[in-house]
Amino acid sequence: MRALVILAGNEIRDGLRNRWVAAIILLLAALALSLALLGSAPSGTVQATPMNITVASLASLTVYLLPLIALMLAFDALVGELERGTLLLLLTYPVARWQVVVGKFLGHSLILLAALLVGYGGAGLVLQFTGGADAESWTAYLVLMASSWLLGSAFIALGYLISALVRERATAAGVAVTLWLLFVVLYDLGLLGMLLVDTGQRLSPELVAALLLANPTDIYRIINLTGTEAVSLLAGMAEAGRAAGFQPVMLVALLLGWVAVPLGLTVVRFQRMEL
Amino acid sequence: MAFKASIELDRVSKRYGAHEVLHEVSLAVGQAECVALLGHNGAGKTTLMKLLLGLTRPCHGRIRVNGADPTHLLGKGLGADIGFLPENVMFHTAMSGREVLRFYARLKGVAVGTCDRLLAEVGLGEAARRRVSTYSKGMRQRLGLAQALLGTPHVLLLDEPTTGLDPVLRETFYQRVRQHQEEGGCALISSHALTEIEARSDRVAILRQGRLVAFGPLAELREKAGLPVRIRVVTGVGEANGVAERIGGGLHLDHINNQTLELSCLGGDKLDIVTRLADLRPAVHDVEIHTPGLSEVYAHYSAGDGPQ
Repeated sequence: MRALVILAGNEIRDGLRNRWVAAIILLLAALALSLALLGSAPSGTVQATPMNITVASLASLTVYLLPLIALMLAFDALVGELERGTLLLLLTYPVARWQVVVGKFLGHSLILLAALLVGYGGAGLVLQFTGGADAESWTAYLVLMASSWLLGSAFIALGYLISALVRERATAAGVAVTLWLLFVVLYDLGLLGMLLVDTGQRLSPELVAALLLANPTDIYRIINLTGTEAVSLLAGMAEAGRAAGFQPVMLVALLLGWVAVPLGLTVVRFQRMEL
Repeated sequence: MAFKASIELDRVSKRYGAHEVLHEVSLAVGQAECVALLGHNGAGKTTLMKLLLGLTRPCHGRIRVNGADPTHLLGKGLGADIGFLPENVMFHTAMSGREVLRFYARLKGVAVGTCDRLLAEVGLGEAARRRVSTYSKGMRQRLGLAQALLGTPHVLLLDEPTTGLDPVLRETFYQRVRQHQEEGGCALISSHALTEIEARSDRVAILRQGRLVAFGPLAELREKAGLPVRIRVVTGVGEANGVAERIGGGLHLDHINNQTLELSCLGGDKLDIVTRLADLRPAVHDVEIHTPGLSEVYAHYSAGDGPQ
């Protein structure tokens, strides 16, 4: 436990020094504030609070931005240290390799949490003070923040897996960008294409639902865009959400699985690596 | 006192794919002993260190460090009783030297209060609060030494430790190693700086293409190698030829001019020849003896003249 705290603390300090933390906080705060103050204006006839509108628009943008930030934080966590020569020395200390992976992960994940709390939390408070929030919309907003953390953590874990599988930092960067494109952009386009060509309706709703759950960004979308009635109406996902019948607990568990499985695979791979 | 090994390798081989990096290497480093590990680049020195650190597994053979098998430690982390300095040591450049050392001290379970003293000891007291990114190569090396000495470990594994250090710091470093030995610790030092390691090591291990071609005290290796002792004799003007004729056998005349002779002989004949030269006074004015040093011994074994 002591080693985990030391390693996580080291990552956080490094993040603060490199101004990573500041950059992410600023980016998330700017995004959330601009959507809260400017994007929530058209609330009139649908009787939604500005906060509900912010949740819908913020979730739609977070799903692109946060995986990218997380991958940028994580892709060189292991291979970068290996290339710079700092990993060799670290592994000669009384610290197990799983502790190196998990400790670094905790550090990076906490950096993301802090950025979300300050950036998104700050925008939430601004909405509260401008009278744009009620209890229900706060629930949706907190769910958005928590699920964003999980989504970001999942992509940090995926970034670690890349970092443990390749031998060069440049390769890791290329694979990370490809992975981002695949999960965030191409996957849904592919799914949409399949549905468009499936004129004979051979794809069962269960299969489509299962395919959605096989992508962490889609799980995130489902959690946030169908989570509450008000938001799902705004997002145009109310019917889809009801029809699919996804249980919130299952969705959260699946997202946690997207954190735990890549992280576990990273540990297994890193454990066997000979330097 | 009976020999008690802190480091032991018994017929250790390591292969990466088809390339055999180490072949049946056996050596032992005892308590309070300093062994110099020599060899050309690619001879297998760094791989040997990595095996001792449990960073990679041997294909064959048995390894013990402080009585424990580091092979079992792959992925689990080492004990705190080993200090390691890698070649070209690198640190997180955004942190200060003090923060780096404190980070490693915490990982090793060493009181962070000792860090400032160690930093001062390696000459980094003034620069301790500066970022590592502003450090010169020599300063990084000194920080590397400080981290290797954290917690006064029993076994020191040092890969090219004095690279980038000025002569004064080199001396300080070897004094520190000597102190470490006096406290019962052992050191395995890989180095290309033959002249400086010569007087500081108790035994020498020479690797050639993954094979241990020589291991023992320098005098013993010199003896085995049969390297000649060179003797330079200064005579009176025009007396060199006369001395050469009267000196007798058991030596080889390499060079002669009006008042100097350069001779070579086997190590065992050295005293006898010097005595004979002393008897030839006053024709002989002075005698200089050059015994083969580590450079010659290393050149002999690493060039392929030594046993495989």
